[in-house]
Amino acid sequence: MTSLSIEGLSKNFGGLQALHDLSLEIQPGERRAIIGPNGAGKTTLFHLIGGQLSPSSGRISLFGREVTKLPPFRRAALGLARTFQIITLFLDLTVMENMLLAVQALDSVRFVLYRPLTGYRNIVSQARSLLEQWNLWEKRRTLVRHLSYGEQRQLEILLAVAQMPRVLLLDEPTAGLSPVETQQVVAMIQHLDPSITVLLIEHDMDVAFQVAQQITVLHNGRLLADGPPEAIRKDSTVAEIYLGVE
Amino acid sequence: MSGIGLALGLIVLAIIVRLLPTYYIGLLTEALILGIFAMGLDLLLGHTGLPSLGHSAYFGAAGYTMAILSLRLQQSSWVSASAGLVVSLIIAAIYGLLALRTSGVYFMMITLALAQVLWGIAFGWRSMTGGDDGLPGIARPELRALFPWSLQPPANFFTAVLIIFVIVVAALYVLVRSPFGYTLHGIRESEARMACLGYHVWWHKYVAVLIAGGVAGIAGILFVYYHGFVSPAELSLVLSAEGLLMVILGGSGTLFGPALGAIVVVFLRNLISAYTERWLLILGLIYLLVVLCAPNGIVGAIRARLPGWLDREAEA
Amino acid sequence: MDFWIVQTLNGISFGMLLFLLAAGLSLVFGLMRIVNLAHGSFYLLGAYIGFTVIGRTGSFLLAVVVVPLGIAGLGLLMHRFLLRRFQGAELSQVLLTFGALFIFADVSLWYWGGYSQVLPKPAFLAGSLTIGTIVFPAYRIFVIVTGVVVALLSWLVLERTALGSMVRAGVDDEEMVRGLGINTPRLFTAVFALGAFLAALSGVIGGPFVGAYPGADFDVLLLALVVVIIGGLGSIGGAFVGSLLVGLIDTLGRALVPELAMFTIFAPMAIILALRPRGLFGRI
Repeated sequence: MTSLSIEGLSKNFGGLQALHDLSLEIQPGERRAIIGPNGAGKTTLFHLIGGQLSPSSGRISLFGREVTKLPPFRRAALGLARTFQIITLFLDLTVMENMLLAVQALDSVRFVLYRPLTGYRNIVSQARSLLEQWNLWEKRRTLVRHLSYGEQRQLEILLAVAQMPRVLLLDEPTAGLSPVETQQVVAMIQHLDPSITVLLIEHDMDVAFQVAQQITVLHNGRLLADGPPEAIRKDSTVAEIYLGVE
Repeated sequence: MSGIGLALGLIVLAIIVRLLPTYYIGLLTEALILGIFAMGLDLLLGHTGLPSLGHSAYFGAAGYTMAILSLRLQQSSWVSASAGLVVSLIIAAIYGLLALRTSGVYFMMITLALAQVLWGIAFGWRSMTGGDDGLPGIARPELRALFPWSLQPPANFFTAVLIIFVIVVAALYVLVRSPFGYTLHGIRESEARMACLGYHVWWHKYVAVLIAGGVAGIAGILFVYYHGFVSPAELSLVLSAEGLLMVILGGSGTLFGPALGAIVVVFLRNLISAYTERWLLILGLIYLLVVLCAPNGIVGAIRARLPGWLDREAEA
Repeated sequence: MDFWIVQTLNGISFGMLLFLLAAGLSLVFGLMRIVNLAHGSFYLLGAYIGFTVIGRTGSFLLAVVVVPLGIAGLGLLMHRFLLRRFQGAELSQVLLTFGALFIFADVSLWYWGGYSQVLPKPAFLAGSLTIGTIVFPAYRIFVIVTGVVVALLSWLVLERTALGSMVRAGVDDEEMVRGLGINTPRLFTAVFALGAFLAALSGVIGGPFVGAYPGADFDVLLLALVVVIIGGLGSIGGAFVGSLLVGLIDTLGRALVPELAMFTIFAPMAIILALRPRGLFGRI
């Protein structure tokens, strides 16, 4: 069974056709990069998969289950997690509070009103171990607003990982990062549990080729090419659109 | 702060207050009651990020229900007060359903309009509510089972209100630190992120509205018992505005802030009303001043200087 | 039967008055996302000042022209010096208008006292029109005509002028309009002043039958809010339809069940919120 299946997906905004009849099948555990010039429809695709936007036509299925009409929070329950191009964190809460919210999100504990959250050892220790793994434990009392941009990006990925997703969408996770920070994020992605399906939008070709087993190229809302990194590298149509644009 | 130290402090407070002149006991009583009202409002505004401009609706609805039941239908205090609380919850349930269809400024507008409708009903339905004249003559309850002394003397009533105030503060303290409380904070910060994480945001907001409405209802009932009288003023925009000011002056999103704000506003109102009739004008000017100069309120300003002092702890 | 026809016409004339009031509120909200709680105050000040002007000069015409202009000036100052710097901070702006509401309310009470004033109608509109068995005050017809004229004028300005397209574009996408180089702060102040003008105009015109009294600002604000909730934000057409609806419902409600008139206002508001939260013609 595919982990994520997209059939005939289209999205238009008034007169603008952002996505045109796109179909993709992604296998469990696959690491796939979605690349393409600006305006190709990559983020729109993610918003459709995530549920932030509704498609004009087409279907989306997660592990065989149709999710086209489900709101984002229900897709999270089915194992979907994502990050955003523009950082979407709880800026005025501490790092630990951000992590606790992510960890408790799909636990029945979240409905409790009468006991402190900090009393739930399993939640706290899970949050702690995730933060320790990625060196954010010392900064746990810092407001996210005061973290460096690179740390914020890492935290956002961590929050998505904390949901224990089966499908993870990363929208330009290395955008605006220094080369060192970029490599840290690449390491993070490479160390993810191999059973998690990872879909990655990237502008940085090196990152895309490092992380992905399969690359999908979008152009003007359509699928242009699809295949393993070496094949894409040699594909002349792909080179054309990139050379033409850059 | 140790629980025993806190309890001792409260007992000392209750004793000291008995020694004050009746006028001051009354002011403190009113301040505590409105403090409860303001803390309920802050649950919505400061903790969940829902700016309700019509919070007096639940306050007055509970007060009127209790008054009507005990005066016109001769019900016992238990029945009237419970019914008052239930009605404030029902109004919160209905108003929550309607207002949560919207967000942001639209939400503000609708909460205001909904509360004004209730005010209009109280004003116009003379046969039931006494209209502009209100309903006088509401006696304080005799709840010997709970509280063996008469509630007529101001000092005794103050003590009863203090006990309820402490219970409400304790309940909110627990709520704000619970998983549900964290969720509300998350919603305040970023609904989009909460939805992505898997939270049913609407439902949490709705429960917050119900709780806040219930707390306001408790305050409303206490208020009417305190004055022995209910009028459309208990449903008015002025009261909602005063509540909002208490939250802002005291610092929204903190626990005690709104209660401190209530003490300030109640004392200020009484002080100024002793010299002039122009309280509304002063209230308006204070509003302008606060927004222009101190948007984070008193407690917010303290917090900025002593991070963590009035804050909720993050973790173990 | 005649009674109901008269009440319906009363409802329509009241609706037109509400339109003058709500149109400004809707536009100001649509363009700047400001809920101006002092909008009802502009009505009240318009009515009270109109009363004073007519009392001193005997000229209704003068009041109708001068008073709205004066209140427009007040609105301009209020936006320019108080609200403009908080553009984007919606709660702060609402709180500021809250403050303004109380200040205006108390100042009016102070200056004009706690009495209800009914403005005198101008002599040439004091009569009534008789159609068949129905006798209807000429003044109310004047109000209906004024409302329709203002509605048509607004439609013309919004749809056919450059200023109008700037406003419509701003309602749809303020950032874009700024990006096009249009001076949005000044545009906002102008529209805010226009809203104040219309509200004060409705105060002067409404004075003879709704009157001016302490609390009129709150009453009128509520009605304007209900109109905007029902009709939708940012839409003149919505304000027009909403005003007619609310005017009719309020007038007929008061005639049918005077004590429960408020319930009749509540019902359509609740229905719209339940079924179509953006209002009938909402653009936001």
